[in-house]
Amino acid sequence: MKAKLIAIWFAALGIILISNCTSSKGQQGEYLYNVYCAPCHMEDGNGLERLYPPLNQADFLAENQEHIPCIIRHGIEGKIIVNGVEFNEPMAGIEDLNDVEINNIINYINQAWDNDIPTVNFKTTEERLQQCP
Amino acid sequence: MKYILLPIAMMAILSACVEEERQLPIYGEVDIVEGDTIYHTIRDFTFMDQDSQIITNETFADHIYIADFFFTTCPTICPKVKQQLIRVRDAFPDEGRLKFLSHSIDTRRDSVPTLRKFADKLNISSDRWHLVTGDKKDLYDIAEDYFSIAKEDPNAPGGYDHSGYIILVDKNRHIRAYCDGTDPDKVDAFMKDIQKLIDEIDEG
Ligand code: HEC
Repeated sequence: MKAKLIAIWFAALGIILISNCTSSKGQQGEYLYNVYCAPCHMEDGNGLERLYPPLNQADFLAENQEHIPCIIRHGIEGKIIVNGVEFNEPMAGIEDLNDVEINNIINYINQAWDNDIPTVNFKTTEERLQQCP
Repeated sequence: MKYILLPIAMMAILSACVEEERQLPIYGEVDIVEGDTIYHTIRDFTFMDQDSQIITNETFADHIYIADFFFTTCPTICPKVKQQLIRVRDAFPDEGRLKFLSHSIDTRRDSVPTLRKFADKLNISSDRWHLVTGDKKDLYDIAEDYFSIAKEDPNAPGGYDHSGYIILVDKNRHIRAYCDGTDPDKVDAFMKDIQKLIDEIDEG
């Protein structure tokens, strides 16, 4: 009886662990966002005043989907307008991230907070990265 | 049984009150010199802020202030700390006795005009909030007075290693509270400490 109970416990534990693994894979984008992007764009995606632009409900993000992978990898500088506000502060590229990770971050921010931008498949992101200037 | 619980409950409530009203501690090492108690004190300093004003201890003579260490190109903790400091500033909008002193530890890149641009982008005005630069050694040394770390480290993100603490200093240059400035919950508690220190000034 006791052995049986222990076995059930282990099975339950196993299921919990496995389901955690798969779900954390789905959330890799969120995890990476919080590590690499949230310091500036903030966890709520709203940026900071006129220093760091928002990603939540940002027209720039919605209208420049083809450029986002290269912005993440190589950064961006010069004047840009996001939701009518001018930003002009260089963002350094984040070179630690591989193609898969960049794709996961994009799919996280496109759907996070109040955003509803279509997700992007890996192949598209990969092609866009190959065409970075 | 009931009659035992009642006094215990009352004692708990009372002690909670006492706890609430207790003054903020004075942090740091304490020396006793010829019978006098010497508390840890922020040393003399002279720095320059984003509007080229000379900032010294005198600037804060009748004020309490919050100190932190940062640099404008910091890719990791500083933006979060700045976000929280802005939240603190906005929680005490008309409290002229509360000021802010942010030390840049990147003396190479953060010139006065760079600090000025940074301040403008964050809507930071120098009548309450000074972003300062100065002699590198002075900046790194004074970080120790604020229990903070500031040093160059090529392996750290952005080239500098530093802590994200925010530190509350009273008008006698003593540290009365500090917290991890990246954690909104800790900053909530810190704001209660700020209010206590303001009440302490009001009481004389
Ligand atoms: C060190 C701060 C910092 C970090 C970290 C950072 N960014 Fe940025 N980001 C900026 C700044 C500053 C700009 C504005 C650039 C300009 O003015 O040309 C920007 C612009 C952008 C833009 C275009 C403008 C907009 O709001 O749509 C996107 C998209 C973006 N960042 C995404 C990211 C993503 C994704 C990450 C994480 C992988 C990230 N950033 C990490 C500072 C940062």
